Amino acid sequence: MSPQRMETARVDALAAPLPELLRLEHVSKRFGGVQALDDVAFDIRQGEVVCLAGENGCGKSTLIKVISGVHPPEPGATIFFDGRPVHDLSPARARSLGIQVIWQDLALFPEMSVAENIAFERNLGGRPHLVHYDAMRKEAARILERLGVRIDLDKHVRELSIAQRQLVAIARALVADARLVFMDEPTASLSRAETEALLAIVRRLSGEGISVVFVSHRLAEVLDVASRVTVLRDGRLVGTFPAAGMTQAKLTELMTGRTFDHSVRPPAEMTTPPVIGVEALSRAGEYEDISFEVHAGEILGLTGRLGAGRTELALTLFGMTQPDSGRIVMNGRELQLRSNRDAIDAGIAYVSEDRLSLGLVQPQSIASNTTVAVLDRLVDRLGLLSPSRHRVLVDEWIGRLKVKIGHANDPVSTLSGGNQQRIVLAKWLATGPKFLILDCPTVGVDVGARAGIFEIVSELAKAGMAILLISDEIPEVYFNADRILHMRDGRIVESFVPSQTTIERMERAIHA
Amino acid sequence: MNSLVSTFLNPKGGKSASGASPLGEIGGLLAVLAALVIGLSLTAPHFLSAATFTSIAFQLPELGLLTLAMLIPLLSGGLNLAITFSANLSGLVLAWVLKAGGGADAGLLVFLVGVMAAIAVGALIGLVMGLVVAYIGAHPILVSLAMMIFLRGLGEFITRGGDVAGFPPYVVALGQGTLLGIPVPLIILIAAILLWMLILNRTRLGFSIYMLGSNLEATRYSGVNTGRALTMVYVLSGIMCSIAGIVMLARFNSVRVGHGESYVLITVLACFLGRVDPFGGFGRVVPVAISLVILQVIGSGLNLLGTNQHLATALWGATLILVMVIRALWSRLRLDFLFRRR
Repeated sequence: MSPQRMETARVDALAAPLPELLRLEHVSKRFGGVQALDDVAFDIRQGEVVCLAGENGCGKSTLIKVISGVHPPEPGATIFFDGRPVHDLSPARARSLGIQVIWQDLALFPEMSVAENIAFERNLGGRPHLVHYDAMRKEAARILERLGVRIDLDKHVRELSIAQRQLVAIARALVADARLVFMDEPTASLSRAETEALLAIVRRLSGEGISVVFVSHRLAEVLDVASRVTVLRDGRLVGTFPAAGMTQAKLTELMTGRTFDHSVRPPAEMTTPPVIGVEALSRAGEYEDISFEVHAGEILGLTGRLGAGRTELALTLFGMTQPDSGRIVMNGRELQLRSNRDAIDAGIAYVSEDRLSLGLVQPQSIASNTTVAVLDRLVDRLGLLSPSRHRVLVDEWIGRLKVKIGHANDPVSTLSGGNQQRIVLAKWLATGPKFLILDCPTVGVDVGARAGIFEIVSELAKAGMAILLISDEIPEVYFNADRILHMRDGRIVESFVPSQTTIERMERAIHA
Repeated sequence: MNSLVSTFLNPKGGKSASGASPLGEIGGLLAVLAALVIGLSLTAPHFLSAATFTSIAFQLPELGLLTLAMLIPLLSGGLNLAITFSANLSGLVLAWVLKAGGGADAGLLVFLVGVMAAIAVGALIGLVMGLVVAYIGAHPILVSLAMMIFLRGLGEFITRGGDVAGFPPYVVALGQGTLLGIPVPLIILIAAILLWMLILNRTRLGFSIYMLGSNLEATRYSGVNTGRALTMVYVLSGIMCSIAGIVMLARFNSVRVGHGESYVLITVLACFLGRVDPFGGFGRVVPVAISLVILQVIGSGLNLLGTNQHLATALWGATLILVMVIRALWSRLRLDFLFRRR
């Protein structure tokens, strides 16, 4: 089907409504004392693309689980599919209706081939109980052709890129004659080009009459394909809005119920001496000839595309790797960082971009994660860890950063992304840093919670800390940094001052 | 009071991976122990006697000290398969010093020098394994397996496969005597348990061992010198092995390479029975100690009932399987309860 046809199909959906596919009304769901969904309504037409938006914990996942038959809704809900009422929706019934969910983790079998992943379901368990490899390959090939993509059928899924795995997951959904496909945060780990390719496929599905629900809170891309946006907040329906005319700012406001001050930081005269200076720093294959200074109270942004060498540079400043040449000067004294302990002792802290596996020891307690970097401060006269000092320190930082926790002994993994990031900040602030490196500090953090993180960062700068803010989201550095460096292929290629440029100009420069 | 107790037992605050509180773990294990004691005293008429408890008290320390040597590597997410041969080799070092210092006439000073040398050798064995695990990045199973084979070969070469015996009488008193009515080996075990609790609960090293046992890289990124901590894990394990080796020498008045070989996997079993997470990061000393008592009671009780020693070993395995099933059912029942409430 040609792109024009698809475009027409979508416009038709707006003009002369296509038949309705699914309609839910009065859907509520309680889990113990938590009202996960409260009288929510949702509908989608055949071939329509709808975006489902909301912060983590707003009920998106519960709604999907109700529609896919995993959770039965509370009595009083009505569900219509193809105009007919559906009672006792079970996972099997939902599948037979053609409802497919592609969860964010994709749930593929990494050690099996592409063909097996796509077509195993229909080719297993037949009579005789043998696997029909030929039929499987043929079916998988047919589906991939229908999607217009080429992936080697015999490759193991673990060898594929994230974007290719996503396509395999979509293909698997289509094998089961999908009519309604939910995609949970499908663009979260895709590059811009990969996102474009995925959206082209969504348009293709839509043109074939398959309805798609996109779950996302990053809307720039989704707004082009979706005709409507349904917003949930705290388990309640905020409303369903036409995509045309929706902006990211307005959507954020709908999702969080708050307005955010979208203004750049006022230009500041940096009269204070630099806290840290980097002079001609190079490390083969990672970054080259990097020089900059960060002053007390300054937030320096560092942006650029993935693979530009930003994290590699940060790891050297944190003492995890050693530069081949160049100097790091802190408060006028040259630093020789042999390990990150040296960096921490010098007053440098690093909030990793990978909170899951590097930022926090996930299964261990909130308390342990808060104090792991300052164990020296917890010892009593005998040189033993003092439980009371430990408790006092944990309570102090949880209070100062307003972290919402159940009990300090709970595993840190039980916290939301935003609160986890506050624990990471607490851990580092407890070390009393003078220079704080934030590497993509809002990955996996809700829109509302992001504002909270940046409030803390701004307070820290006001108190005189020097901050390096690394991010690949241009608006994030634009609105939160005093000065922004653009890094490309390991070099700093230009710098911006937010009050003297626009986001659009920066985006053009960086994605050119 | 309750919170005070739990703070002492668990000041670091880590709940076990399965979510039970430390007091719950201990309560459950004590209940199993009580049930065993009652069951055995009903079926074996002589079970509730001083003789039984004396025999348990003398047998427990050997396995107990080796279990402590296994515990810390398990907490760090590793394993030490070389514990028994490390103990044997440390025992050999003590025996060699005693022989060189006069055999049966060796003085107390010679004995103390021998003990120091034995502990130093245990620590050295641990240091080698620790350095290889921490800085070469080899898997602890492979490193300790290689060390085990090396030590066994070395020990058998030195002893020609025979016993080394003929020590001063006070050494035997150490292994078989009592102090204030308490068997000396048991006193050594209790001291070792307290030392391990102190290290794990109240030192920076202990804190770091739990953290790196869950996630080595994240712990390293937090500024902990994980290489040093991981090395110390095996040094501590090696030192505890040598204490076990010294106690074994004293109890049997001889050293033979291969003695206690079958204990290796039983120490792992005792740790898992005591709720140590097989993947590292979680586990406490006290529940492991209670598990040891449970295993020893089963062994001694069956002995009294006149069953074969091999059957006792089989029942140890069966106990662990049973306990795992009960724990799984228990947590499932609790989950069901949660679902019903929802």
